[in-house]
Amino acid sequence: MSEPATWSGTSKETATPVVEVRDLHVSFQGRVGIGAGLAGRSATVARAVDGVNLQLHQGEVLALAGESGCGKTTLARTIMGLERPKEGEILFEGVSLGTSTKILREYRRRVQIVFQDPTAALNPRQTIYESVAEALRIHGITRQDGMPEEELVARALARSGLRPPERFFLLYPHELSGGQRQRVVIAGCLVLEPEVIVADEPVSSLDASVRGEILKLLLGLRDDFGIAMLVVTHDLGLAWTIADRVAVMYLGRIVEIGPTEEVLTRPFHPYTQALLQVVPEAGGLSRPQLTGEAPDPTRIPEGCRFHPRCPQVVSGEASAAGVEDRCRGEDLALIELQPGHFAACHLAAARGTGTLSPSPNPPRPAEGT
Amino acid sequence: MTVLSVRDLEVAYKTQVGPIPAVRGVSLDIESGEVLGLAGESGCGKSTIVNAILRLLPAGTQVSGEVLLNGEDVLAMKPGRMRAVRWTQASVIFQGAMHALNPVQRIGDQLAEAIVIHGQADEREAMVRVGALLEQVGLPPRRLRDYPHELSGGQKQRVMIAMALACSPSLVIADEPTTALDVMVQAQVLRLLNELQRELGLAMLFITHDLSVLVEVCDRLAIMYAGKIVEEGPSQEVFGRPAHPYTAALAAAFPAVGDPRFRRKPSGLGGDPPQPDAVPSGCSFHPRCPVAFEPCPDTDPDLYPAGKGRRAACLLVRDGVEVTS
Repeated sequence: MSEPATWSGTSKETATPVVEVRDLHVSFQGRVGIGAGLAGRSATVARAVDGVNLQLHQGEVLALAGESGCGKTTLARTIMGLERPKEGEILFEGVSLGTSTKILREYRRRVQIVFQDPTAALNPRQTIYESVAEALRIHGITRQDGMPEEELVARALARSGLRPPERFFLLYPHELSGGQRQRVVIAGCLVLEPEVIVADEPVSSLDASVRGEILKLLLGLRDDFGIAMLVVTHDLGLAWTIADRVAVMYLGRIVEIGPTEEVLTRPFHPYTQALLQVVPEAGGLSRPQLTGEAPDPTRIPEGCRFHPRCPQVVSGEASAAGVEDRCRGEDLALIELQPGHFAACHLAAARGTGTLSPSPNPPRPAEGT
Repeated sequence: MTVLSVRDLEVAYKTQVGPIPAVRGVSLDIESGEVLGLAGESGCGKSTIVNAILRLLPAGTQVSGEVLLNGEDVLAMKPGRMRAVRWTQASVIFQGAMHALNPVQRIGDQLAEAIVIHGQADEREAMVRVGALLEQVGLPPRRLRDYPHELSGGQKQRVMIAMALACSPSLVIADEPTTALDVMVQAQVLRLLNELQRELGLAMLFITHDLSVLVEVCDRLAIMYAGKIVEEGPSQEVFGRPAHPYTAALAAAFPAVGDPRFRRKPSGLGGDPPQPDAVPSGCSFHPRCPVAFEPCPDTDPDLYPAGKGRRAACLLVRDGVEVTS
């Protein structure tokens, strides 16, 4: 068997990715008390993002999934330029962002974010018109496509499904429902005609019956305007519904990435398998589940970072395959196990591509059967 | 034996513009050893029902109907009797364990307090009981000396569960017990609740907006919309083959991973859940209903039989038309 190719951060696809992240590290310094400082102890460092490579192509919806504390929100915030990376770089259309204010300003117009809670994201004392127009004013745009501000705001509101837009101009956020507020937030992104939207749990604060409509809107934006989307979510059902590719994060690293159908129905990594097993479903309580809490990014284990919780290590599967020592002692990068489908797992790599583990989640029987 | 029986419960909150109905005629029964799931979106009145059962509603709220707890009408109890019944007969696991515990008191003391106040044991015996309770919910008994901030979210929720069990109630109400928790921890807490419920033969009312969680833990489901139950029946059947169009829409919001019917096809309802002060006429769901027809805006449907052990409040069900496409 030939040595599988390792994920180098460069794609086989010829087109330049809209956003590319190379070997990104973000860490947060803890505080040291006076006593501990005098005793010579240094601050704990949380490595929230610990070496991430990622590419987002035009018109692609990429879901970033994982438990809370895995670094998915920090990664999204860093891509937005809201956190400063310790190492690594972010490229927009092939150009490194660096620290140039001018490039960053342009970048922040073309990459927009949708936060989880629209009520917190909107200023309660600003009218809907002001909230949407503010983005234009910050970027000094008075006319675009031959349209004045008012028409641009109206067009953005209409595109996000608030029709007729004029009816919403003078309303305040408290006069709208949760779903409408999220549409206003999305209009605030659209008014700048971005190439990329980063959405951090875009529907988890919304009512269940409203979620579908917001997801339809997001997918429509991709189809109509070719906007690339990075959707941060803990909900694999959501990833299944809208994403082209899924990246699963664990303790600051992407441990598996690939096409949605592949990752969510034929996962290689034991962590992805564990996540799929806790998706609530009828009869799901009898399925095996991981014990323990979400891990602590100040104490990342040696070797494969998942090995202390890995069911394959505990059950002796890894030992039987002769990789247990590597699991415990050897850190690893993503390995391409199927075309476009990468996972960071010694066991999956040792087994190669021949033996796929069966899907833990067979499709629900069709209705009426 | 029927532990909880709610009959024609109506609750209207007092506001400056007059009473606003939050619950508009709800009846439900829970047998001992049974788990009933109550699902619905924010503002549908599900938490109001919890508060009505334990009489925790603000003063001035209009409540009518009957809430029979082990055969005794809660709404007619004197305050002293009410205090005795709370926790010894019915207890609640509230949502957001993070805020429900006193941050400056050791968790052991908080648990013991509930036992001592209800006169079930003196302080020494109570502490022994607390140790056993913690063990029951999967925490080492030595943790009773911890303060809430020393525990993780999942551990705090376990303490809340221990607290709900402290006085051996016959009914436990779980009000969104896992919403604030992470996916992996949520699965652990759900399994714990499920095991305890079976072991102790508890009657349980499980409330959440997450239909997929309810299917996992409940025997029967009741779906609420705008203050009324619109569908009820065995949970797998209600979720798998909804009779009411609202249930169908709600079920579709929780897609099964791997099911091609949901792939790249987000489905939802237009519009928003109604405000309690502006509930539409007739069937309250008709403005958002994909299959509404002429009589819907004028006729408020009752719960009609919809198969074995199932009922649904939809005129199509009354007329025997299959709703699910």
